[in-house]
Amino acid sequence: MSGKTLYDKLWNAHLVREDGDGTALIYIDRHLVHEVTSPQAFEGLRLAGRQPWRTRSILAVPDHNVPTTDRTAGIADPVSRLQVETLDRNCAEYGITEFAMLDPRQGIVHVIGPEQGATLPGMTVVCGDSHTSTHGAFGALAFGIGTSDVEHVLATQCLILKKTGSLQIRVEGALAPGVSAKDVVLAIIGRIGTAGGTGYSIEFTGSTLQSLSMEGRMTVCNMAIEAGARAGMVAVDDTTIEYLAGRPYAPSGALWERAVTAWSGLHSDADAAFDRTVTLDAAQLAPQVTWGTSPEMVADINGVVPDPDDEADSVRRDGMRRALAYMDLQPGTPISSIRPDHVFIGSCTNARIEDLRAAASAIRGRRVHAGIKQALVVPGSGLVKQQAEAEGLHTLFTAAGFEWREPGCSMCLAMNADRLQPGDRCASTSNRNFEGRQGQGGRTHLVSPVMAAVAAVKGHFANAAEELD
Amino acid sequence: MEKFDTVTGLAAPLDRPNVDTDAIIPKQFLKSIKRSGFGPNLFDEWRYLDHGEPGMDNSTRPLNPDFVLNQPRYRGAVILLGRENFGCGSSREHAVWALLDQGFRVVIAPSFADIFFNNCFKNGVLPVVLPADTVEALFTATVATPGYALTVDLQAQQIVTPDQGAIDFDIEPFRKDCLLRGLDDIGLTLQQADAIRAFEDRHREAAPWLFDKQ
Repeated sequence: MSGKTLYDKLWNAHLVREDGDGTALIYIDRHLVHEVTSPQAFEGLRLAGRQPWRTRSILAVPDHNVPTTDRTAGIADPVSRLQVETLDRNCAEYGITEFAMLDPRQGIVHVIGPEQGATLPGMTVVCGDSHTSTHGAFGALAFGIGTSDVEHVLATQCLILKKTGSLQIRVEGALAPGVSAKDVVLAIIGRIGTAGGTGYSIEFTGSTLQSLSMEGRMTVCNMAIEAGARAGMVAVDDTTIEYLAGRPYAPSGALWERAVTAWSGLHSDADAAFDRTVTLDAAQLAPQVTWGTSPEMVADINGVVPDPDDEADSVRRDGMRRALAYMDLQPGTPISSIRPDHVFIGSCTNARIEDLRAAASAIRGRRVHAGIKQALVVPGSGLVKQQAEAEGLHTLFTAAGFEWREPGCSMCLAMNADRLQPGDRCASTSNRNFEGRQGQGGRTHLVSPVMAAVAAVKGHFANAAEELD
Repeated sequence: MEKFDTVTGLAAPLDRPNVDTDAIIPKQFLKSIKRSGFGPNLFDEWRYLDHGEPGMDNSTRPLNPDFVLNQPRYRGAVILLGRENFGCGSSREHAVWALLDQGFRVVIAPSFADIFFNNCFKNGVLPVVLPADTVEALFTATVATPGYALTVDLQAQQIVTPDQGAIDFDIEPFRKDCLLRGLDDIGLTLQQADAIRAFEDRHREAAPWLFDKQ
């Protein structure tokens, strides 16, 4: 009998019961909550006369709607304000811990969970947000859920699930200068497609992943959902443990020692069998830039915009044509000749301290190009912002012409005032280049933080490797 | 949740792959704290020529004549035909609420994104996965035949067509039962409360740090 995958181990450790057809009841350890997908869940709970099962499992934060400019005067948009106030009210009513908008620990839910040590190895972590896959970087089983399931977890601490297949994505080799975790995950999605992970939970393995920091692993797992997978995860190792030591919500003392011992088993067994394995040679990888309206529409910086006529499948060909029309790009255009007029450095994919350091490394002493109308840096949390300011990164950004903002989801999905206008073209460190995602008619190119910074100072995409010292 | 047994009505073709939930219901409409009222903003950016915001009178907004669902022949459609990876992207259940509010009870596609697929069942919407060539045949017939209507019989797990006979589809038994009976699955899970508490005790024993702080 073959050994167990990490996914098997996490699944088995949370299995309350299982029916004959494989329908399972899975216990949830950590429930992260934000303002957009929770109000109807709390309302449903209230209407049914139910109480949260375990309020101490819940950590709440407003992030999608919050302004990234001065927020001491509150939220100007009354609809956004009502949603954030509704979260505040629900948390107060049920005694749920919330990092409210003016709390220095406030930030993007997928940044603050790990930052606080509220995300731990071996946990099941859910949130009404698809990018919950981020937390799998810690050897946790983490995935996004809809609002009905938010209510289900509030009321029962469990979810009704069926086990997915297991997909191993093995990435081997040392990354070239200027190539980062973002490029790795974009290349993976380019390879397997946005539905390539559908029906699977992905474990990312291999020497490249092992060499990444926790921030890099979070970037990779964050975009597992962009490959269609329910979850993405990475085995626990010393990097994981070192990151968590001393975090406010991580265990301490004897419990820490006991936890670390338990966590050391959170990896796939050597003889574990995956349902499918895909291998990627990362040593050959160049920085990636998306050219279309789906994350799988990606090319490397040395490439060109592809020609739909070369695509054999008619549905895909039509999709490419529609994407190129929306993006206002011609087949054969060199990626490096594309000129963004906006730059956004932020989001749950790339707004951690390491991301800001990488971006800052590309702009030292240089100015944002005259062709860029707006360049935003939106730190992932108040604590990331504090850390960056302690390192002087904010002065590097602002001296170069970037705007230095308050933390939140911001222009990743443009629910607050930060958004593109029709026709604007943005180099963005976020996760989705869908039509209208960053503002109706806006055109998004997904890139890494260093590639976004290079585009900001050059006025066009360029190979970060050639721009760094 | 409204029960689902048999649905008969017009089919409408949305002929593009990777229809994402941002397209189904754009972000500005997610600021609502209600579950209803999303129908007029379903596919807002494709459906209207102007920019939509919450609170607008949608009945006076200019419709995009090129958007397929604006064609009078598809008015009142209850079955949506889609392509690969339907419902990808954000977990927003508002996408399903918007489809339902507009009157769609069934979405047929070769594949669905995981979270969207799950959200459908929580709201009495049936997502049906069929082979790509079967979906292609339904697209062709729908476009070629004004008034093309289907009957979706959940109990029998069949889609009855006017011209292609009956098409069988698969569904997980638990999900089928919940849809047929319109069951609230929180109530079902709470019937297992003793098992959950027993698990929780074992879990606390094995991993006490999960219950230590916060």
